[in-house]
Amino acid sequence: MKLELRGITKRFGSLVANDHIDLAIEPGEIHCILGENGAGKTTLMNMLYGLLPIDEGEILIDGVAQHFTSPRDAMRAGIGMVHQHFMLVPVFTVAENVILGHEQTTFAGHLNMAAARVRVKEIAAQFGFHIDPDARIEDLPVGVQQRVEIIKALALDARVLVFDEPTAVLTPQETDELMSIMRQLRDSGRAIVFITHKLREVREVADRITVVRLGKVVGSVSPGASDAEMASMMVGRAVELTVAKGPAKPGEAALVVEDLVLADRHHLPVLDHVSFTVRRGEILAVAGVQGNGQTELVETLFGMHRDATGTATIDGKNLLGIGSRAAIEAGVGFVPEDRQRDGLVGDFTVAENLMLNRSAGPPFVRHGGLQLRLLRRFADQKIREFDVRTPSASTRARQLSGGNQQKLVLARELSRDLRLLIAAQPTRGLDVGSIEFVHERIIAARDEGVPVVVVSTELDEVTALADRIAVMYRGAIVGIVPPDTPRDVLGLMMAGAPVDGPRQAA
Amino acid sequence: MTSAIQHAEPSSAPGSTTTVATLRLRDWKTPIAFGIFTVIAAILFIAYGRHGDATFTFTSLSTDVVHVPDLPINVWGFGIAATAIAAVMTVVSVAYVRSRRDIPRWYLALFAFVLLVCFLAWATAGETLPIIGLLGGALALSVPLIFGALGGVMSERSGVVNIVIEGQLLAGAFVSAVVTSSTGSAIAGLVAAGVAGMLVSFVLAAFSITYYVDQIIVGVVLNVLVLGLTNFLFATVLTQHPTTLNSPKPLPTFAIPGLSAIPVIGPVLFNQTAIVYVMYVAVAVVFYLLFFTRTGLRIRSVGEHPRAADTVGIDVSSARFWSVSFGGAIVGIGGAFFTIGSVGAFSEDVSSGQGYIALAAVIFGGWHPIKATFAALLFGFANELQSELSILGSPVPSQFLLMLPYIVTIIAVAGLVGQSRAPGADGKPYFK
Repeated sequence: MKLELRGITKRFGSLVANDHIDLAIEPGEIHCILGENGAGKTTLMNMLYGLLPIDEGEILIDGVAQHFTSPRDAMRAGIGMVHQHFMLVPVFTVAENVILGHEQTTFAGHLNMAAARVRVKEIAAQFGFHIDPDARIEDLPVGVQQRVEIIKALALDARVLVFDEPTAVLTPQETDELMSIMRQLRDSGRAIVFITHKLREVREVADRITVVRLGKVVGSVSPGASDAEMASMMVGRAVELTVAKGPAKPGEAALVVEDLVLADRHHLPVLDHVSFTVRRGEILAVAGVQGNGQTELVETLFGMHRDATGTATIDGKNLLGIGSRAAIEAGVGFVPEDRQRDGLVGDFTVAENLMLNRSAGPPFVRHGGLQLRLLRRFADQKIREFDVRTPSASTRARQLSGGNQQKLVLARELSRDLRLLIAAQPTRGLDVGSIEFVHERIIAARDEGVPVVVVSTELDEVTALADRIAVMYRGAIVGIVPPDTPRDVLGLMMAGAPVDGPRQAA
Repeated sequence: MTSAIQHAEPSSAPGSTTTVATLRLRDWKTPIAFGIFTVIAAILFIAYGRHGDATFTFTSLSTDVVHVPDLPINVWGFGIAATAIAAVMTVVSVAYVRSRRDIPRWYLALFAFVLLVCFLAWATAGETLPIIGLLGGALALSVPLIFGALGGVMSERSGVVNIVIEGQLLAGAFVSAVVTSSTGSAIAGLVAAGVAGMLVSFVLAAFSITYYVDQIIVGVVLNVLVLGLTNFLFATVLTQHPTTLNSPKPLPTFAIPGLSAIPVIGPVLFNQTAIVYVMYVAVAVVFYLLFFTRTGLRIRSVGEHPRAADTVGIDVSSARFWSVSFGGAIVGIGGAFFTIGSVGAFSEDVSSGQGYIALAAVIFGGWHPIKATFAALLFGFANELQSELSILGSPVPSQFLLMLPYIVTIIAVAGLVGQSRAPGADGKPYFK
């Protein structure tokens, strides 16, 4: 089955998300769509899958024009999708998720679960893995959940499979396994569309690469092209792939964490006897697959989670359970992982967001009154200093792009005298230009002698920033290793394998 | 209440996904509650102990085949014994927590049962307590709660919070009274009650699903609207034509042959009005529908993860709409209990807040139709106990007894008997 997209255009208001995109996807081929966050890849695929109406252009399958008004139409036409955020009901079993939407029933509308179990096992067996059809999705590791998504698409006999940023939540090993499944699927004659912004993966698996920038197809590259070539095509200019970073000059120990323990509501360990120290002027990068306790670790260091036990001190002062306000006063700068939920108030102006962590007193509040003129001057200065692209200081934060929102958060957090900087997923969803900027700022803070904790699920970012790397798995620190540790070793650690002695860099 | 934490198992090896280490916090909630109840028992049964015999009778008027003898209880002796048992059980519960094991459900039930029986004996000292009357009355009072809870479960499983149970009950009560009076047919009254409940649901569904209005706000407004509307119609129309519009013949009570001859539970469960039998069917239908059918799977999927349902081609809005409507019909039929199911005539605010208790039963029952039914039965029992005890002239002030069902509700909903988890998307509008 051959899939063609001709002149696909999508507008959201004045924004053109997709501008006359042409693509041809052949069976037996892995076709990568490479583009930055916000280039319009997901929008394109949502139209292909019937989730969004098309403004202009057409979708053809074997030369016949299609009109998808819902995912049901797309599925019927043989298109399957593995979503970036899995479309699985967490409390349902594997089998229930696979049959959802096209259930077989027996007498009196009774669900035929026996047939569903058999089908799940059959499909899994074709690809050489075992999966328990009666396991609940929420109890499965994400890598397995993703396989359930694949089985879901295959159960409908999909001929074209779309993978939307499938590796974001996987360990390097799981990524390798996914790649091999993708190759198997290709070899069985299916067409694979692989949407990503990660060059490494593209080169490893792609048969054909189409680069998308700002909603337009900017061309194709051969899988043998260099990283720099692909990156400059994706970004539209030459980019530095690694940030310049001098050697660290670590001072005395500043952040000391010992035996930190935290449990969730179901008594499961979220932080499992975590201990480490960070010295002044060094960056400790916390690596690991998402959901292995990193979020709770940084929140705990920011004075939250009052039921955590153990110790966490900055320059000898306790941080544990003191509350975020006291943590701010203790000199902790915090860049939260979800900037729109925890980092900004979307309906506040840029200026108001810049003073959010200093709303209690001077300099911006005197005698209960806001010092608006001072705030205005301060905001204008920070906007220039951090290159926040905003029409003015009184623009609402919501209206800024992701990169500019993140610069705004950084500007606020870095505009005080810090004793500790915590940055969680500081570049998630940002374009390459913003990533460079954020990295430079974090390194600058380090060079000023601030101890820095960076949490990232992207190994590229971890190795780019870290002076030491701590790998977390299921709430525990598997090991602390130097930044030149090979990727495959880090990958194994991310899956919980302990490190051998000499690699430890305590 | 948190003390030490320890590992139940060491962290597992890489690659293995089966073992999950747990950090178990010692949860002292249950032993503390046990302790408090034991102290209350000691105060009531020993410090304010009463003497004489309490007689529990198990005879029903009509359907007895096997005669169950009366059970006389020595109140003083039994009170001391029960307090001692409660004290021992409290100590054992401490041991459970110390060894970091879960306290089993049956253990909680046993504790409650011992103290409850003792309380009944204490309150009836010197009198007789007809157990079948108590249980039958409890079941009857539970009927609207169970219908309400089932409708609530249907609605909330699909992701729409149903505050309107109260309004749906009231609408059902009103319409069934009017329709039964005017047509003379109780069946027509029941059907009309279901339709009335459904109509209320349509409004809830239209605003919350189609126009994304906050479900709680729509619910509260609808309750006030239905109350105002029925009060208005009652005052203006029903009181003008009481004989033609508001004097329905109550549903007759009939015994199911065979089943009703079972000792004790037979006359309680199977010598009831038609609406109770409809209720049994409704419980079974909702349970089967939700957990064993295609429709049920889809309803639950839109309540848990509507976008996932959408991407496999399920129409989220329509699934929610019909689930809410079906739930409304069930609640409406339950409303008929207040009129044709018991007293007959409609009066102002006849549901008197029972809808909210039903909502509590939904939560207490963990959004599960069977568990919610048992929760409703518990609330119904507390209610019946209150009226039985005030008839017996028990030493507990009647004002306190009137509070009893609500205290039980608060304790239950506060999660003393375990936390329950709401459907993932409950109360959240789905924006496509």
